[in-house]
Parts: sequence; structure tokens; C-alpha cells
Amino acid sequence: MTIERWLKAAVEDAERRGLPELKPLLEGLARATTVLRTAQPGGEAHGPAQH
Amino acid sequence: MALLSIDTAARRLRSGAVSSTELVADCLSRIDADNARLNAFILVMADDARAAATRCDFELANGIDRGPLHGVPISVKDLFDVKGTVTTAGSRVRDGLVATADADVVAQLRRAGAVIIGKTNMHEFAMGPTNEDSAFGAAHHPLDDTRSPGGSSGGSAISVATGMALGSLGSDTGGSIRIPAAACGIVGLKPGYDELPTSGSVPLSRTVDHVGPLAATVTDAWHLLHALRGKASLAPVTGTVPSELRLAVLRGYFCDLLDDDVRRAFETAVDTLRQQGATIVDVEIPDTALIAPAYTHIVFGDAAAYHAHALDTMPEKYTPNVRLRLEMARYVLAEDYVRALDARRLLRRQVDAALHGQQALLLPTLPIVAPPLGAATLQIGAAQEPVRNLLLRLTQLFNLTGHPAITLPCGTSSSGLPCGLQLAGPIGQTDALLHHARGVEMALGQ
Repeated sequence: MTIERWLKAAVEDAERRGLPELKPLLEGLARATTVLRTAQPGGEAHGPAQH
Repeated sequence: MALLSIDTAARRLRSGAVSSTELVADCLSRIDADNARLNAFILVMADDARAAATRCDFELANGIDRGPLHGVPISVKDLFDVKGTVTTAGSRVRDGLVATADADVVAQLRRAGAVIIGKTNMHEFAMGPTNEDSAFGAAHHPLDDTRSPGGSSGGSAISVATGMALGSLGSDTGGSIRIPAAACGIVGLKPGYDELPTSGSVPLSRTVDHVGPLAATVTDAWHLLHALRGKASLAPVTGTVPSELRLAVLRGYFCDLLDDDVRRAFETAVDTLRQQGATIVDVEIPDTALIAPAYTHIVFGDAAAYHAHALDTMPEKYTPNVRLRLEMARYVLAEDYVRALDARRLLRRQVDAALHGQQALLLPTLPIVAPPLGAATLQIGAAQEPVRNLLLRLTQLFNLTGHPAITLPCGTSSSGLPCGLQLAGPIGQTDALLHHARGVEMALGQ
């Protein structure tokens, strides 16, 4: 799931649960997730072996 | 009244200059005088403490000596089970949950002769670094009650800084011992990961939680650490002489965003150590951008699992801010949690590499002094930064990597608020770190 799709789904779910104030926190989490995914510190299937 | 260290109290108890009963009475009188203003304690165990002190005095008078903590009043963060009391974790969620046994570390303190004087206020479920969000009300900084004492072990730090206790037991998942210790001008030690047992405590993140002491001095932290390990000793920590100190200042991310007063205090301390013969080099951690994201995903993922049921069944019992953060935590995806675990391994290797050939890393503990209560953001230079991020910025790395780290006072701001200096050492070398920290403490004239 892309971060954009995850964030959209998470915000909609939070609103459905009566927690619209979660939106800025989820946006912050999305920014943190973007950093992790960009770095991909554990490597990836279509990439070099990790040492 | 001047604060009494554990080390001095231990000597005075053995010379007969003071009794445990008198130490407890002094702490209780300070609690009576200041707790209403500072809100350091959730529970004061006056009767139990007096009874324990009487037993300690009897034992010492009859040749039974349990070590440096014997007869010494110690406070305990209300995250740890103390038999017969509710472990609130600063929350109404845990109303009525009376502990049926002591946490392992509390039992060790009792075996070492410590007198448990009470249970201290904390950020609810250790889920924040300011101690503002507690079901029992915010704790207040001892020198300026409009400011936060730091957290989450805020009450513990206040109790030591004001002489309400001679030492305290805290927990540290992102800096929760070191942050309030630095903000309040005392010593706080986060030992290595899994060095002290967490059983009998309320978890925030089982793979990141650490247990450790808050104390007036490095020597006192040494006594507490050894008692918590079950190996109390009257032998003092010997400070590494400055000319034998080999330290590496963490630059880059760790010094980029500092309040001017903090920067001045830190660089003055570094200069002082150099002038006394310490060998100090500069090092950097390459992937600092991963620290906060990895921390957030691991700690929040772990916390979500622990709190899910209570969030569904009694959400109104959480303080609003903590409830929101925990609800956010429930959206962390498994694949991103695994990426965070990978980042943690990478960062651990990078800290090990930075420590190669060095005794310890040296950095400020906090980029700011104690923040005003209620402040969501603070201005540093041109940047407007969330207070939470600032308070965690320089401490959370060593929770992720498991390296032992200690904060000790290093001067004050222009407004008289304490600044902290942090040392982090190799995994498995906490005792050595304390010897070096004692050397730094002496070199800085404390």
C-alpha cells in the first residue's frame, strides 16, 4: 500500500470512528513512514544482498 | 536546606550522626512543604516509610548492614509495582489494580535496605516527555512552577532535586529518566538494554523500555545501580582522571539544533575537559534521519498492541492527548514496523562504530532547558519545533540501540535553569561509563 493510499484510508477510518483530530498526527506519521521507506534500511527483493 | 547525597547519608548513618528515622522525617517534611505546589508524588507512603526506617535503624544498631542504601529514603515512579498499592502509571485506566507483589527492581531496593517513601507522578503510561498529561495533574519544575520538570519520570526527578527522596527509580523508553534529570539538574542513568529487569512494571515498548536510577550525583547513581542489580557495595565509583578520558563529541544532528544557552554550557564543558587533558574528537552518526521515524514506529507499534483493548473499552479514562497518540499508533503497518527494526540494527552498528577507540560519546542531553507548561512548540533560531520532538531528540537514539547513557548537570542557562550533558558508552560497559561520568563530573567541578 502506498503511503498516500494508507494515509487517505487512515484519515477516513479515524473520521468514521469519531476521531477527526487524528488527521494531523497521521500526517506526521506518514512523513516518518516516508523516511523509513525511502531509506529501506533492510534492503529489498530487487536489490543487492545485505551485509 | 542543602541536599544530602546517598553516599554522605550512608556514612552518616554508620557514624551515628543521623538515623534512618530522621532521614525519613526530613523527606516527609519536604514533601509536606512542597508537594502541593510541585505535584511530585501520586502516593506518599508515610506510615510504611516510618516503620521501615525503624527496622533499618534497629538492624544497623545490631550489626546488620545491607549496604549504601540501608535506611535511605527512595521514591519509585508509579509505573512499578509496590505490593499493596495501585500501580497507576499516571492513568485512571488502572484504577483499582492493586499490586500483589513488588516489581523485581523494587524488591531489590528493599533487599538493599532502601526505604520506599512514595510513588511519583509521571506522564500517563510514560507516553510523553513533559509530565503534563497525567490523570493526577501536571508535575511542576522545582525552580519555576510554570515550567515542565520533563518526563515521563518527572515526579522522580523533582523528588531528588528537592530532597523529598535521596534517589529514585525511573524508566526510560525515549529519555524518560535522562530528560527530567537534565531539566531538573540531577543525574539520571539509563543502563544498557535488559540490564535491569522490567518485570512488574507497566510497559510502553517492551523492546525499548529501560529501568534505571535518578540521583543527586554519579556516585549515588552507582550505588543505586549496584543495589538494583542485587550487588550493593560500599566501594565508591572511581572517577577516570581527565587526562585519561577519551571522548567523542557527537556533532551534526546532535549539535545542529540547540538553544543558545544550552550550546554555551555544552561547549564550555567540552573546553573545560580539554583544558584538563581529556582527548576529545568529533564524530557523526550517518543516518540520524532514521532515528525519530524508527523510534516512532517501534514504540507506537508496541504501545498500540498493549493498549488496544483498553482503548476500545474505556477510552474516556485516558487523558485526551495520550489517547490520541495511542489511537494514532494503531495505524502503524507491519511492513513499516519491520523497516524500523532494520533501521534500529543499522543505527546500533553506527553507534558502535562511533564508539570505536573511545570510552564514551559526549553530547547535550536536551537541546532546550525545561519548557513552559502548555507550550506545543518552541522557537530555536529560525526553526519552530514541537516540544515533544525537541525533548526526545538527543536521548531516544540510545533507547533504540540499547547503549548505556547517563546525564549529569553542566551549568545553567541565563535564567538559572539547568542544562545537562550526556555520555553514552559501549554495550556491556555501564560500570566503566559511570567511572568516566564521575571523572567528567569532577572535572566540571561538581
